[in-house]
Amino acid sequence: MYDLGKVAVGLAVFVLLFTSPLWYNVATGGKVTPPDLKSAKAKQDHCIEDTEYMKSNHMDLLNSWRDSVVREGNRVYTSRLDGKRYNMSLSNTCLDCHGGKTGDGYVKFCRHCHNYNDVDPFCWDCHLNFEEL
Amino acid sequence: MGITKRDFLKIAGVSAIGAGAVPASKAIAGFKDQVGPNKEALTGERWAMVVDVRKCPEGCDDCAKACHFTHNVPEFTYNKRHEIKWIWHEKYVNAFAVPENEGEYVDKATASRPFLVLCNHCDNPPCVRVCPTQATFKRKDGVVMMDYHRCIGCRFCMAACPYGSRSFNLKDPRLGLDHTHYNKDFPTRMKGVVEKCNFCAERLAVGKIPVCVEACKHGALAFGDLADENSQVSKLLRENYTVKRKPELGTLPMVYYIVR
Repeated sequence: MYDLGKVAVGLAVFVLLFTSPLWYNVATGGKVTPPDLKSAKAKQDHCIEDTEYMKSNHMDLLNSWRDSVVREGNRVYTSRLDGKRYNMSLSNTCLDCHGGKTGDGYVKFCRHCHNYNDVDPFCWDCHLNFEEL
Repeated sequence: MGITKRDFLKIAGVSAIGAGAVPASKAIAGFKDQVGPNKEALTGERWAMVVDVRKCPEGCDDCAKACHFTHNVPEFTYNKRHEIKWIWHEKYVNAFAVPENEGEYVDKATASRPFLVLCNHCDNPPCVRVCPTQATFKRKDGVVMMDYHRCIGCRFCMAACPYGSRSFNLKDPRLGLDHTHYNKDFPTRMKGVVEKCNFCAERLAVGKIPVCVEACKHGALAFGDLADENSQVSKLLRENYTVKRKPELGTLPMVYYIVR
């Protein structure tokens, strides 16, 4: 086989570069801490549905709220938990409870978790998060 | 050999459809049984507005100020192309005149005064017809609404609207807002979408009339349901001669003007 040495060196360099993020983390001891939502205080002691459901399905719920409010004009949501009625509004209901209209809720609750999961929803392009305009 | 390749493919195909149908049906069923309208909401069959030009004094801008604050409409005054307008004053030639008759022989007092204009919430809206994503649509009560989530910024609606009621966000609209004085209850828009008056759909939903009508202290604006003959707008239309903007185009505007 010709140039085995060169090919082997090239491969080794490639593998090293390709896996460099892993080595970087090992070297700097980058520890990943799961999001801690304890500091994100909400006004109500429970959310509009149970916590597990909200954790995994809030995005679907919000998408259906969007269509319901804008296209059908149905703006009141009845909770399956206790039958309580809520105004279907991301900024005026969700964020008002999660930290009030100060940006606190957005930073400690929404953004904190979204950053950890590396998701970037475009809700805040228009809807106010009260952190900044 | 118990199963042929053909049979296997058939069974696999049917199973795949079945497996896909379960989540799909869930998504369709969604939250329909859990949502409904607000009980205090104002309901109507055909919302309309009447502008009494006789009572609308020149130089007064209360309605536009109230609207633009309530809906976080940005102010980009330095460049006409960046301007965003929901309700504003327009010259006679732009508001009413048609190309064949540019108001040459109209009396000076009428031709020189400004007229309040906004989206006409047409009964036959050309903007709705041309929108490729149905981002703009007509509600059952006649409000021509924008769904900014769906708008792709193609601007067909702006070309279709004969009244210039639509504005395009060439810049991030948040740059044109006063960061210390804006409405925290209403969203902004984003760069790249078209926007216009929504007949205060968000206020109708909680039992309030449009903010421009509320803000007018001269009583020049009236809002109501044309299908209800006891409504203020129906009465005004019965008792006064009214005109509409560019009626020859067949868009059936729902903003009426009492001129004299």
